This record gives sequence, structure tokens and C-alpha cells, in this order.
Amino acid sequence: MADKNRVDEPTGTELVGHEWDGIEELNTPLPRWWLWTFYATIAWSVVYVVLYPAWPMVSQATEGVLGWSSRGALADEMTAADMARVSTFERIAVTDITKLSADPELMGQAIAGGAAAFKQHCVQCHGAGAAGYEEYGYPNLNDDDWIWGGEIGDIEYTLTHGIRWEGSDQTRISYMPAFEGIFEREQVDALVGHVLSLSGNGSSNAVGAELYAANCVACHQASGEGDQLQGAPALNDAIWLYGNSEASIRQQILAPRHGAMPGWSDKLDPVTIRMLAAYVHSRGGGEDTAQDAPIAETSEQEAAQQEVSGAEGDDRL
Amino acid sequence: MTASDQLEQPSKWVRALDKTGITRGGPPSNGPLYEKRKSVHNKRIDGPFRRFKWLVMVVTLAIYYITPWLRWDRGPYAPDQAVLIDLANRRFYMFDIEIWPHEFYFVAGMLIMAGIGLFLVTSAVGRAWCGYACPQTVWTDLFQHVDRFIDGDRNARMRLDKAPWGPSKIARRGGKWGIYLLISLVTGGAWILYFADAQTLFVEFFTGTASPVAYMTVAVLTGTTFWLGGFMREQVCIYMCPWPRIQAAMLDEQSLIVTYKDWRGEQRGSLKKAQKELEKYGDCIDCRECIAVCPTGIDIREGQQVGCITCALCIDACDRVMKDIGRPRGLIDYATLDQCEAEAAGAPAMPAWKALLRPRTFIYFGIWGAIGTAMLFALGTRSHTGLTVSPDRNPPFMLMKDGSVRNAYTLRLRNMEGRPRDMEIALSGLPRGAVMWTDRIGRDEAAATQKIAVPADETRVVRAYVTIPAGSSADQFTFELTSLDEQREQDAEPTTFAMPGGN
Ligand code: SF4
Ligand code: SF4
Repeated sequence: MADKNRVDEPTGTELVGHEWDGIEELNTPLPRWWLWTFYATIAWSVVYVVLYPAWPMVSQATEGVLGWSSRGALADEMTAADMARVSTFERIAVTDITKLSADPELMGQAIAGGAAAFKQHCVQCHGAGAAGYEEYGYPNLNDDDWIWGGEIGDIEYTLTHGIRWEGSDQTRISYMPAFEGIFEREQVDALVGHVLSLSGNGSSNAVGAELYAANCVACHQASGEGDQLQGAPALNDAIWLYGNSEASIRQQILAPRHGAMPGWSDKLDPVTIRMLAAYVHSRGGGEDTAQDAPIAETSEQEAAQQEVSGAEGDDRL
Repeated sequence: MTASDQLEQPSKWVRALDKTGITRGGPPSNGPLYEKRKSVHNKRIDGPFRRFKWLVMVVTLAIYYITPWLRWDRGPYAPDQAVLIDLANRRFYMFDIEIWPHEFYFVAGMLIMAGIGLFLVTSAVGRAWCGYACPQTVWTDLFQHVDRFIDGDRNARMRLDKAPWGPSKIARRGGKWGIYLLISLVTGGAWILYFADAQTLFVEFFTGTASPVAYMTVAVLTGTTFWLGGFMREQVCIYMCPWPRIQAAMLDEQSLIVTYKDWRGEQRGSLKKAQKELEKYGDCIDCRECIAVCPTGIDIREGQQVGCITCALCIDACDRVMKDIGRPRGLIDYATLDQCEAEAAGAPAMPAWKALLRPRTFIYFGIWGAIGTAMLFALGTRSHTGLTVSPDRNPPFMLMKDGSVRNAYTLRLRNMEGRPRDMEIALSGLPRGAVMWTDRIGRDEAAATQKIAVPADETRVVRAYVTIPAGSSADQFTFELTSLDEQREQDAEPTTFAMPGGN
């Protein structure tokens, strides 16, 4: 080891006395404030360990005397966010749902809230874009064909009580009788032909028209426009719940499928249901009130957020 | 390296750059763990560079403090502050220029220009940024003037430093730190005025109604200015700031730097000695004036070092000494390393400004100017309306009861002018009978063109439903936007129309 107090000639600096392969270390100590800052960080870390959760133990970390936890902080933030929304919720709750669209700002918030709830509760059947699945009879909520009515109040009712849902005695029930064993095969063919002709997809025939008049008019009406009061679908338009192939229509006559939708009154609060109704109504197919149901002035930022969440929802099944 | 070493060795100036050169002379290795900060009490000096430094200080501080108070009339819908960074509404106002978030490339362009500008300056005149314009330098300089004002010049301050604490020292120190604090408060306070209406915020700040973030920002900036400008000073430049290291990399042998011309100065000797033995001694009379005036407390005669911020105060000091002893000025001077070497070898002195004219500076200047011109051109010709269209992809299309097909789009209509404007949206390239309606008008008012009012300085987001009649089909089409004012600015955005049965 070299002499400790030797001075490096070219720089005039002391050497610390260490040498590795002829390379020696100069003694250039840290400034005092630097050293103190370093000690301060050490002291701070000790304080931190005492105050906050720090040491990982077997199942849990030490708790820290402040009792802070990220989970608790999140809960606090969520509560604060809920509190901030309370007034909006209250206003939505007390506003007559058919008047909701008169307040564009409130309507906008309802739609935004409904969009969020839809992603959580409704996409499983109706799809992320609310387009439904024809093959399973989950209706498309964007179009303008409504079996039970597409005014915002109708939609709220359906959401609350469901369709053929045991949970509510006011649930919406329609019943299409099965004609299996009642009609002959030719009769069914004729009836299918007539039904298709109602929407301009084929030619009517006397046998079919007669059968239709005798068996179907009570619900589906003479020209096939259906009856929303009874939940009888329109047969004279371009939209078919289960598709408009002959096979599908035949099946629906012989052994009809009856879709069901849960009512949400036992899972969601009325305000959320109301917001869902507003959202579904705003998809572009809602009836009547749709005309004066503007989406609230959306700022660029909100729009960007919606876009982002929309893009997530776009991962189609 | 002692002075005599330097004389014996060939004058290798480049080697001077290699020295890490943090201010030398620590305690012996068996001393304390840390190096005690040596207070720098720089002496007052006058001279051309000092006066230039004053000028830069006054101009930069004035710009900084006054700018937020300048007004600029933009009409009733936009703020009237000349320079405003409006974070909440995401706008940047600078006199006639208003930058929107999607035009952030202008800000990027300005940053690139600033960067290249720095290359240009550094390659031409070395670390002039550090010496004159860096905020740390400016405020340190200001605080050093406060020192001088309260405590007196170098010697008085050194004496006061050593003096025991007594009523007079406490009063002086208290008063001085009070002034530091005041300056720091004004500094921190001015910063927030760039982010909100200055007059309103000013009143709010003192009536206690400003937002907490305003108080916090001011507190932090006041604290850092007080600490960094009042106490850390050159330590920031030497230990904290990464910039000297980066900047040193931009220098080359043709950059102007502050240099001590050792071939002329060495061997040093007092005036008395030099007069006795003229041949033996150089021009430096070892009066240490250059060290006394240096704001970072270094000895420039040891060569280039990281502590030197190129403020040239030592040039002022030495020039004055040279004048007094009847020698030509420029023993310490702005010079390039190449020039120094040439002069050492006997070449005639060259005026420093010639060093500015060389390919490197021209290239930097050319790039800088090209970007600036391009930005000015882009600013001058940009449109004040804009349209972006995003089609709904889920579901892509909708079959309606009557067999017509509907697509939904989100339109963003941008009005970048400080007044509300009506805009017209038209469909182009769709089959006959195609109509649209938006969430703002009734479905019964569906038509092929729609008029939409866009508020001043805003982007209006509109959901548009476009329907083509049953039996027709469509593929590509265009939304055409026209502003319904005398300018009739236009924008068009092609998009697709999705149909049942695939594309
Ligand atoms: S001011 Fe000039 S003469 Fe005096 S010590 Fe510095 S270089 Fe030498
Ligand atoms: S050495 Fe001279 S130029 Fe460098 S910081 Fe000191 S006074 Fe300024």
C-alpha cells in the first residue's frame, strides 16, 4: 500500500492509498451538504418504515403506526367519488324519466352512467355494442324495432321487471302458442310463405292468408305490424328476432322459442336502471323522446375517455 | 500541476479539456468525511462583460416578471392574457398564436429550436448560456448583489463570516435572508401567473382564495430559489447540474472559451519581482484578482474546468490589471483552443469574432433557421376549422325496420377561432336518399346536410346517424365540412359505410 498522504502530482490532490493495477484513487470527498442529504434520506427511511406499511411478513406487511393502506386509501377515494355523484343521482332519481331529455346535462350524465352499467351487466347477452345476437334471440338495442315499446319509460319498465322473469309479478309476458301437431306440413309452408310476404319477401297465398287470419291476427295484426301492448313482434318489417329464414320461421310457428330477460330491480338501484334506460334509449333507436334526447355537450376530454372505453368494448366476442 | 511544469511541457491546450477539474484542494484524506464548502465571496468588478451580464440579467428578469401582465385582445370568448398556458382548457396562448393540443408539434418544434439554438451558441461561444442566461446564474448573481449591498464587498463579507454571532451580525444576516426570501417569493409567485389570469390570480393569492396547488407551487419555488440561489449557488453548477457535462461535449477546439494564455502569463511573479527580472517572468503578476471576482471561486489559470461558467468576469478583472500595469489586455480572454495554440507558437492574435464564422456554426444556424421558417409558415397557413370522424365499429351497421341501413359516427368539429361559428356538414358519395341526423336535432329533420353551431374555441362532439334507403348500398363516402362565414374554410374526412353481409 502506498503512503497514505501522498499527493497526486498532476492534479495536486491527495491519494487515498488504494491501488489496483497501477490505478490509484484520488481523495475527492463529497461536499458536506451532500453527505447530510444522504443521512437525511436514511433518517427519513426509518421514519417511513415506522409510519407506513413496510416490512413484508409471512402473510401481511407490517402495518405502520398511521394505519394507512393503499386499500384504505382507495376506499376513501371511492367514497369521495360516490359522494360527489350523489347530487347527480338524486336529480336523476327525482326527475320524471320522460322529462330527463329536457335537461341535456343530466341526460348526458345519465347516458354516461348507463354506458358504464351496461358494460357491467348487459354486454353478456346484448353484446358490447348492444347489437344483440340474432342466433340466440337477444334483441338488438340499436335498431328501431321494439317488441314492448321503445320509449324511455318502456325501456325502464322492461329493465325493472324483466321479460318472463319470475322475480316480478309485473314482468312482461307474451306467449306464442306452439302449432306443432295442429298444422299440417303444407299448411305450415303456406303460413311461412304468407308471413314472409308481409315484409315483402315472397308471395302470399290463399291458404297461408287464411290460416294467418284465423290464428295470428289477434296478436300480430292483420298486416303484421304486431302489438307492443301484448309484446307481439311486428312481422312486416326487416328485423327478425330469430332471423328470417324459412326454417327459423317454421320453427317459431311449430315450437316457438321464448326469450327471457332478468329484471334488475333486485340487483340494481332504481337510479342505475334509469341511467341504463337512458343509455339504451340513446343508442339511436329509441322512440319518441329520442328526438329531443341530445347527448350533453361533450367536452373533448370526455369524448376521448368515452372513445377509450368504447374501444375496449369493441373487442367483439 | 505547478506553473513551472506547465512551462516545460509543450503547450498542449487540448489536454486542459481532459482535466475533470472539480475545484481542487480538499482536506487531507485522514480529515473529515466531507468536504466543507468554501464560501465564495466574489469581488465587485466593472467592465464590458460585467455590464453585459447586467444587461442580460435586467432583460431576462424583466421578461420573466412582466410577461404575465401583458394583455392581448382576443375577443370576448378567449382570455386576454398575452402569454398563457391554460392547462384546464388545454390551450397555449402566445400573443397572436394559439396552440391546441393536437398542434403540440409546434411546441415540440420550439423545443427542438431551443435545443439547436443551444448547440449553435455553445459551439460558437462555449458555455455562454451558463454564464449569462441560466436562471441559476441570474438569481445567484442577483443574490450576490444583495450580499454586497448588505454586507459590503469581498473583504467585508469574509470578515463578517468569521465574526462571532452578535446583534449586528444577526441583524445583517436576518435582513439579508429576508431580502432573499422576498426575491424568492416574487420569483415563485410570478411563475403561477403564467398559468391563470394574472390579475385575478394575484388578488386571489393575497386574499387566500387561490387554489391549494397555487400556494404549493409558490411555496416550492420560493423554497428552491431561496435555497439554491441564496446558499447553494455554484454548488448547483458543479455538483447538481448535468448540463456542464453535456455542454462540455459540444465544445471543440474552435469554440470560444474563457482561457488563460499561459505562454504569455507564465512564469508568474509579483509586480516587484517581474520588474526586477523582466526576462524570467510573464505577464501574470499573481494578483489573484481573477480568482477574487469569480462567482464560482475557481482559478482559471489552472485551465478549463467544470466549475467555470464562462461568465468572463475574470477577463474584466485581468484586463483592468493589465491596463494598470501597462500591458496589453487579453491575458485571460475569450479564445479558441486552436487559436491559443497558434498564438503560443507565435502566430498573430486573431479577433475572437472570427471564430464564429465556421461551417459548424453555419450548419447549426441553417437548421435552426429552416425549422423556424417552416414553423412560421405552418402557423401562418393553418386552418381554423377541423373535422375528425370516427365510425362506430360496434355495431358497424344497423338494419332498420323499413330495411334502410344506418351507420353511426362520432364527429368532432373544431372551431379554432375566438367566436362561435356555424358549420355545415354534408354527405358526399352516398346513394340518393341518404340522410343524416344528429343527437342534436330530431330524427324527423334528417337531411343530407346539417348545420351545426360550434362554440368559440371549442371542439363540438356530435353523434351523427347516416341512413341510406332500403335497397341501395354504399361503401366509401366523405363528410364535408364548411364553415358558414366569410372564410368558408373547408375540411373533408373520408370514411366507410358498413353494410349487412360484410364489406
Ligand atoms: S488577474 Fe490576471 S494578472 Fe492577476 S492573477 Fe489573474 S491572470 Fe494573473
Ligand atoms: S473562471 Fe472566469 S469565466 Fe470562469 S466562472 Fe470564474 S470568472 Fe467566470
